[in-house]
Amino acid sequence: MTIPLLHALYLSAALFTIGMVGVFLRRNVITILMCIELMLNAVNLAFIAFSRASGSLDGQILVFFVMTVAAAEAAVGLAVVIALQRHRDSLDLDAFNLLKW
Amino acid sequence: MALFDRLLLFLVSEAFLFYVFSGTAVASALCVVLQRNPMHSAFALIVTFCSLSAVYGLLGAPFIAALQIIVYAGAIMVLFLFVLMLLNVKREEPSGGRALKTAAILLGALFALQVVGTLAGFGLSPAANYDSSTQSFARLLFGTRFLYVFEATSILILAALVGAVVVAKKDL
Repeated sequence: MTIPLLHALYLSAALFTIGMVGVFLRRNVITILMCIELMLNAVNLAFIAFSRASGSLDGQILVFFVMTVAAAEAAVGLAVVIALQRHRDSLDLDAFNLLKW
Repeated sequence: MALFDRLLLFLVSEAFLFYVFSGTAVASALCVVLQRNPMHSAFALIVTFCSLSAVYGLLGAPFIAALQIIVYAGAIMVLFLFVLMLLNVKREEPSGGRALKTAAILLGALFALQVVGTLAGFGLSPAANYDSSTQSFARLLFGTRFLYVFEATSILILAALVGAVVVAKKDL
């Protein structure tokens, strides 16, 4: 019994949607960053399913690069979170309204 | 006896394991979104990453499965937990009106419907010969097509490293 690849894509869509709704619902910056990581993982899963379907390893290579960029993004994003906490004393998104006028 | 053997074969079949780990991934992803305490979200996210790693392995990507555990469940989540503990993050106060929540869930449902509607037309079947060993992965990665991209990521990582230190430093 092999895995139906379409169901892997459905799982990817479900995880991406959950991450997206999380970005809309949550107000904590760190939780939103975690939801973005979830969405990146959903995209990785789609890449791997398509790689399995096409029989070429290019999809896996792309996942490798997505992981590299995700690691860099998490490091810089969390550094920004630390700086924000230091300057605003809050992690609530509504507190960051410097560009609003 | 034959029935027991068949049950045992079913329990270790790829498809069954795929559905088990998919269920775990979706359930823990929902936990990430619905928890008020960011620390609980972080631990639920680790469960999601680990079950996704199993799904990658089942889909024939053993190297990516290992990377998923090492990079995501290891490095990135340790970074998240470090910042959560450093900043002593409290429970999120319930905010945003009912309208915002309804709009978010409606948008999510609309998006999911659209994606599933697009995907339903796909006829995907696994390729006949799929060589996904770490050796062939490395041959492709360090081949002429991706070598320079791979080297460019090292510069990206260096820039992220320096940037993170500069941004998080107390006084420049």
